[in-house]
Amino acid sequence: MTTAADVSAADVPTPPRIARGTGLDRAFEILCFSAATFLLTALGGIVISLAIGGWPAFEAFGFGFFTSSNWDPVQEIYGAAGAVTGTLVTATLALLFALPLAFGIAIFLVELCPPILRRTIGTAVELLAGIPSIVYGMWGLFVFAPWFAKHVQMPIMMSVEPGSFWEKITAGVPNGAGILSASIILAIMILPFIAATTRELLLTIPPQVRESAYGLGSTTFEVITKVSLPYIRTGAIGAVMLGLGRALGETMAVTFIIGNSHGFPTSIFASGSTIASTIANEFAEATDRLHSASLIALGLVLFVITFAVLALARLLIGRQVHA
Amino acid sequence: MFRKIVIGVAACLALTACGQNQKADGKGPAAGVQIVGAGASFPAPLYAKWAEAQKADTGLTLNYQAIGSGGGIKQIKAKTVAFGASDKPLKPEDLDADGLAQFPTVIGGVVPIVNLPDLQPGQLKLTGPVLADIFLGKLKKWNDPAIAALNAGVKLPNLPITVVHRSDGSGTSFLFTSYLTAVAPQWASVGASDAVKWPTGQGGKGNDGVSGYVKQTLGAIGYVEYAFAKQNGLPYASLQNADGQFVAPTAEAFAAAAAGADWTKAPSFYQLLINQPGAGSWPITGATFILVHKSQSDAATGRAVLSFFDWAYNKGDAAAGELAYVPLPPALKAQVRQSWATIVGPDGKPVYTPAAQ
Repeated sequence: MTTAADVSAADVPTPPRIARGTGLDRAFEILCFSAATFLLTALGGIVISLAIGGWPAFEAFGFGFFTSSNWDPVQEIYGAAGAVTGTLVTATLALLFALPLAFGIAIFLVELCPPILRRTIGTAVELLAGIPSIVYGMWGLFVFAPWFAKHVQMPIMMSVEPGSFWEKITAGVPNGAGILSASIILAIMILPFIAATTRELLLTIPPQVRESAYGLGSTTFEVITKVSLPYIRTGAIGAVMLGLGRALGETMAVTFIIGNSHGFPTSIFASGSTIASTIANEFAEATDRLHSASLIALGLVLFVITFAVLALARLLIGRQVHA
Repeated sequence: MFRKIVIGVAACLALTACGQNQKADGKGPAAGVQIVGAGASFPAPLYAKWAEAQKADTGLTLNYQAIGSGGGIKQIKAKTVAFGASDKPLKPEDLDADGLAQFPTVIGGVVPIVNLPDLQPGQLKLTGPVLADIFLGKLKKWNDPAIAALNAGVKLPNLPITVVHRSDGSGTSFLFTSYLTAVAPQWASVGASDAVKWPTGQGGKGNDGVSGYVKQTLGAIGYVEYAFAKQNGLPYASLQNADGQFVAPTAEAFAAAAAGADWTKAPSFYQLLINQPGAGSWPITGATFILVHKSQSDAATGRAVLSFFDWAYNKGDAAAGELAYVPLPPALKAQVRQSWATIVGPDGKPVYTPAAQ
């Protein structure tokens, strides 16, 4: 870290600098160290307090807490499977919808966009990232859901063959609230994150790389798919996982539009619930010990899922680097 | 959502009023005292309004945090607040376990709302058992004979019924499911609580969420608290009460239910006002409650809390009516004031004695 300074100090007269190992230098080191360890302590503290808070639920239901979807506050029986499924399904669908769009936006902005539009679209994407999730929730419930019901859900439900597999998978209340609508809202929410990060990554590609490819006679399509995208592959995985992380933990917008019924979702238009929406819905009024313990245990499950996603991202990135 | 805005506006007004009322200090016995309460969000707009008026009148300041009934109960048990507020009464044995006393402040209730074409508000008539069958998912179409039999002369459409319930734990759900438990044996499989395992339907977050889903879904039925239904002019259904009459949810119907109840037999005011007798009584009625410790470690704080609600009983009815809450009947207020004799300070004497009415 200090080698450059050491060399220059030998050659030219330099302004007075902090000597190594003096009080100030040491204090700076300690400051940085404690900043980093503070975060680690906070993280550990969260995990431990979630585990302690949720322990009564794990104790009462054992492994059944993860495999049962029966969530019955009156009988005091709690199973997380429905909420976990809802979380994974909505987050995965959201990623599937958002990914092509986000990459499309990023590639267009960097490679194809006329300069006059670049700034406008770029700002719009960043603005989208700044909208609070409650606003997405209200917009989703009062504007998007009715439109979605009328122009997407109803036509699909009316065109499927009665009694077929397709009828089963599209069954639901025709008011636009459900798993699919929640996934689409989530996709809109994570889109700007992935798009903005991917754009920054594309901008880091040295112009020589791209120019060389063009010089060899590649078409735009070839440059993007064979040179640009492979170049940023590692970072792009990180960007996608960032989006997935947000989709997993998103609360308010999902709560408004997912329909909030416990249990396994049986169709794309069915009501469901996610871990975050269940906690948001029930925590304020959960007075029974086992009820609040189960909600805290759900929090721990979400923490573990998010952690697993990040670990997977690390693993993928690591493999890319070494390959 | 809109309530929160109301609270916010009220808080701003209270702040501005604060500046003008410096000289009001010393006007009343509670001048300059600040009390902190937390709990139910349902009565929060009213408590804010009472606090604003009382600050100007007596100088007493109330800081009320609408964190939900569950939070209110936890906070008063932990003694971090001077009083807790809950939309559902605690059972006498639970009160005794923590040395708490409770008393009602205002009456509210729950109203079924429907989205059916060509129907006037209140035109659709329902009974408790039919409502239970709808929310159990047993009745699937609006022209089902069970519903048609109650609505002779009304043309009911061949529409599927969509059930909408609250997704968040709420006193509104507690009152509604308590009513269904009381009047329909078949509801026993679900039970009564802030949050239950709903057999069918969709969950909307808050009164806004439920009314949003109902408005957007032809053939939907949901339930919201009375004040919300009234302020938003939602199309309600009439319900059959204990006397067999079909009634509309009006302030008079809620007052009738409160008056018809026999509070003298309810220890610690544990009373739900479900399906009360009286020809004009609305069947899904309930009071909202205040929780305080029977033994106050600081007599001045205890005195301030009780004097706040004594003031509200004396002068707060008009404000309650404006916000579509129903004031308590006078006999009940007198009974609550008597019960305050059990709330004592460190010296064992009652902390507050209301002036003779």
